[in-house]
Amino acid sequence: MIGLDRASVAFGSRTLFKAISFSVPVGRSMAILGPNGRGKTTLLRALLGFQPLASGTRHAPKVAGYVPQHGASQAKLSGLDVVVMGRAVRLGLFGQPSAADREAAEAALVQVGACGLANLRYDRMSGGQRQMVLIARALATGSPVLVFDEPTSALDLGNQAKTLELLDTLRLRRDFAIIFTTHDPNHALAAADDVLLMMPGGGEIHGPVSQMIEPDRLSELYGVPMRWVEVKGPTGGTRRAILPAFSGTEAA
Amino acid sequence: MSAVVAEPVRRGVSVMRIGVFGALLIALVAAMLFAIGAGRFSVSVPRIVEILMAGAMNPGLAPAQMDERIVLLVRLPRVLLAALSGAALAVGGAALQGVFRNPLVSPQVLGISQGAAFGGAMALLFGYSGVVLLGLAFVFGLSALILVGALARINGRTEVITVILSGMVIGALFGALVSIIQFIADPNTSLPAIVYWLMGSFATATWARLGLAIPGMAIGLVIVFALRYRLNLLALEDSEARSLGVNPDRERWYVFTAISLMTGTSVAVAGIVGWIGLVVPHAARILVGEDHRALIPASAIIGAAYLTFIDTLARTLTSAEIPLGVLTALIGAPVFAVLLRKHFKEANRP
Repeated sequence: MIGLDRASVAFGSRTLFKAISFSVPVGRSMAILGPNGRGKTTLLRALLGFQPLASGTRHAPKVAGYVPQHGASQAKLSGLDVVVMGRAVRLGLFGQPSAADREAAEAALVQVGACGLANLRYDRMSGGQRQMVLIARALATGSPVLVFDEPTSALDLGNQAKTLELLDTLRLRRDFAIIFTTHDPNHALAAADDVLLMMPGGGEIHGPVSQMIEPDRLSELYGVPMRWVEVKGPTGGTRRAILPAFSGTEAA
Repeated sequence: MSAVVAEPVRRGVSVMRIGVFGALLIALVAAMLFAIGAGRFSVSVPRIVEILMAGAMNPGLAPAQMDERIVLLVRLPRVLLAALSGAALAVGGAALQGVFRNPLVSPQVLGISQGAAFGGAMALLFGYSGVVLLGLAFVFGLSALILVGALARINGRTEVITVILSGMVIGALFGALVSIIQFIADPNTSLPAIVYWLMGSFATATWARLGLAIPGMAIGLVIVFALRYRLNLLALEDSEARSLGVNPDRERWYVFTAISLMTGTSVAVAGIVGWIGLVVPHAARILVGEDHRALIPASAIIGAAYLTFIDTLARTLTSAEIPLGVLTALIGAPVFAVLLRKHFKEANRP
């Protein structure tokens, strides 16, 4: 389980959020949505314990599987070496990774379907490949909590679909508490049970996807009218998508 | 399934790595034998081996012959001191570059060298050498480091960039203090000693001086070697390292303390020998890659061989001895210039 209890974060006189309380138990997945600069990343940092709280408490295991937006970008190491780093907390200060740690890392790569990346240099991988390696590293920590900082923001649509499918697979295993931030409410529809909305004027609301992903609330969240549309899903059935009705003029 | 495919590749890498380390060790032994044999009075390699064997069998026996005395009392301690200093300076550089995620930093960056230089110069000003010089060099090297730490700690957090800038400030401060000491030193006695010492030399190496240097350097080397995998984690962004259960703020200081121990000791016994910590880790990175588990031992071996070789050049190229710091700078500065251009070309690739 991971969560905050009446937690506040302030930078100087500016309060990012005040007395926020929510928790994600093992077996649930929560998406965090909010406009730019509202403090989504700061909220994640507070959850992970990197951001001191002005007040309130946080509940989290010692190590959470964290997938940063741009991780290990300078590492001229193999994909497997990067995943093995997920075992760090078991190694201690002077420890060296053992064969068992390498096996755990390989198993994590298999879980994300990226075992082909084990021997590829991390710094030569594409954004999508790096994302898979970082997710494998988070799994290799063995933590029941997984935290993703905008896992889809730097990816093309194909890689977004792949990442969302993986998020959904992990969610349906029901043995992780998952939190991810995103700019696209459709990603919450695809991979979350619950949603936390960080409203533009301050204040947060959270609840199940069916109550939060809803045109009126999202129009207020982003300041753009939102509409439901029906799209045919990959398996043939129809599913709903929620889209912004942008202004602008379509070329004739 | 891919684990099975991956296996041969990794074994290939490790076989290559064993080959690289074997070649480096051979190069180190060759450099040391060359250094012991070369000089005004040259000694052949078979004779060196014979003398060393005899010396090892009866360590208490005073060497009688001329070549025995030169090998055992003059050149062997000098070669060992140069090799140990080279290993310590190179490992210090490699570890710092990892922690700062920047291949362009070196022990001078933290102001440790300048602090140690001030301590040593003060000892020489008052006519002391030996243990006093070593003690003062270490104490002021560590003081510089503690000052940098105090300056760089803002709001309970220590950022890499503030450490680098604080290191520059403290380094400049101790540099000015060294100048003051040179200004007030007696031009006939202590000034030449200080100037010559600051330029760096192993000319005064003896077994006693080697004995002074071994504890600090050995402890520093062992600590950094024990932390070699941790250095891979400390090379990550702080928040990322923290999420993996590492405490970068605290663990960085373990590395810094080990480095100041090695740097302070090396400054005390040989003056400021610059550039080793910059050039050697770069060469090691080309040979074995960026994983500190291989980079740290490779840097140690290359640093030992490199400084042994440079020191031999310094005392054999001309009839008078060339100051060591001059030679390492003559080689190091151009290498650094190339490195700098390459680094920023890669960093700013369109």
